[in-house]
Amino acid sequence: MSTNPLVKPIIAENPVTFQVLGICSALAVTTSLSTSLVMSAALIFVLSLSNVTISTIRAHIPNSIRLIVQITIIASLVIIVDLVLQAYLFEISKRLSVFVGLIVTNCIVLGRAEAYAMKNSPWPSLLDGIGNAFGYAWILLLIGSVRELLAAGTLMGHEVFVLVDNGGWFTPLLLMALPPSAFFLLAVLVWIVRTIRPEQAEQEEQV
Amino acid sequence: MPDQKRVNIWRAFLNRPNTDSAKTLGVAFLVALGCSVIVSLTAIYLKPLLDANRLRESAGSLVEIVDALGVPVPQVRLVERTSGEYLSRATSDKAALDPDQDLAGLKEVENTLTAYEVRDGARLTLVILPVRGAGYKSTLHGYLALKADLNTIAALTFYQQDETPGMGARIMEKKWQDLWRDKKTADATGAIQIRVVTGAASGIYEVDGISGATRTGNGVSNLVKFWLGTNGYGPYLARLKQQGDG
Repeated sequence: MSTNPLVKPIIAENPVTFQVLGICSALAVTTSLSTSLVMSAALIFVLSLSNVTISTIRAHIPNSIRLIVQITIIASLVIIVDLVLQAYLFEISKRLSVFVGLIVTNCIVLGRAEAYAMKNSPWPSLLDGIGNAFGYAWILLLIGSVRELLAAGTLMGHEVFVLVDNGGWFTPLLLMALPPSAFFLLAVLVWIVRTIRPEQAEQEEQV
Repeated sequence: MPDQKRVNIWRAFLNRPNTDSAKTLGVAFLVALGCSVIVSLTAIYLKPLLDANRLRESAGSLVEIVDALGVPVPQVRLVERTSGEYLSRATSDKAALDPDQDLAGLKEVENTLTAYEVRDGARLTLVILPVRGAGYKSTLHGYLALKADLNTIAALTFYQQDETPGMGARIMEKKWQDLWRDKKTADATGAIQIRVVTGAASGIYEVDGISGATRTGNGVSNLVKFWLGTNGYGPYLARLKQQGDG
């Protein structure tokens, strides 16, 4: 198994399927591929820069205010992303609404700061940040594609399946537009990954 | 050497143990300072783009109202608030409002107002007024369109608000905004009567409230009353009526 911080989080220690973190946003923004894409880009930016910044000053962060310092840095990066989205991608930022702001509370970001950036030098921390963000991103993009395709017959707004309404054959699955479908898809994904890699499954609890 | 000295102070600060309270305060201060500078610079740099996006959204809402009513392009008028006369140039000064006059919760209001007039030849057919005011937990921004008699509502739309989703935020729904069409604003004495009521509306001065959003409804009532009144567009509308434009 790879120990490279860039590769490890893609499948082996994927933040979503293995550590089951960042689920709330994965449910909320995956209604379409375009919102998933923008959310992924936002998280890649925040996670890689927060890891590098925190790792750079890690020797001088007093333990007593450790979490406050980390959250301040993360929140500042999130505000910057939010402003940039509102300036350049106004329509999509309205659809993402509060979820970009909620990256602050995304367990993946603070989790990587605590678990990795506080203990490692900036370069491996950058790789770890990018790796974890991509681990989150590919799952978001996969679920976003499936949901948009089955709920509206489109991908990135382009028609793929011709709808019955437009004289085609495809009847959209309305469930896919609703949050529970993201849960089902995520569960199926975790099942597949853990069937291929049985070592990821939790041990059965001893009674 | 002063430079050498400064470096030494910085070194000494960094070399202090992390449990030291001076270092803790110092690190907290420096992190807060660094973060706030970066966030502020981003906000200042992006401000023109953000403002342009908000303006475009407000203009889009105006275009919608004009499209929905199927009328020609409106003429932009600058109006002196207190006299109701047209102005050729806008002034940026504002007047403070007394709390008992401040129905819309604005605290202060511009002395130059903007109005949009739609004419069929020389005859006035529609006046569109930008309105805003306090709702339950945000400022509501919208447009109020009056028909030629200046006493009948042609449309009321909102384009910006941050009310409770599913409750107050439903003032954005076309279905609710359509309830305002053809309601009368003032009675024979000229007093503004139009308002949002809880429960079912009766009569030409009442609009059905949204259940669970009484305070947003009150906000809408108050802002319409304010902007049609003497501290808002009242003098301007009175002048149009007097001229026989109405």
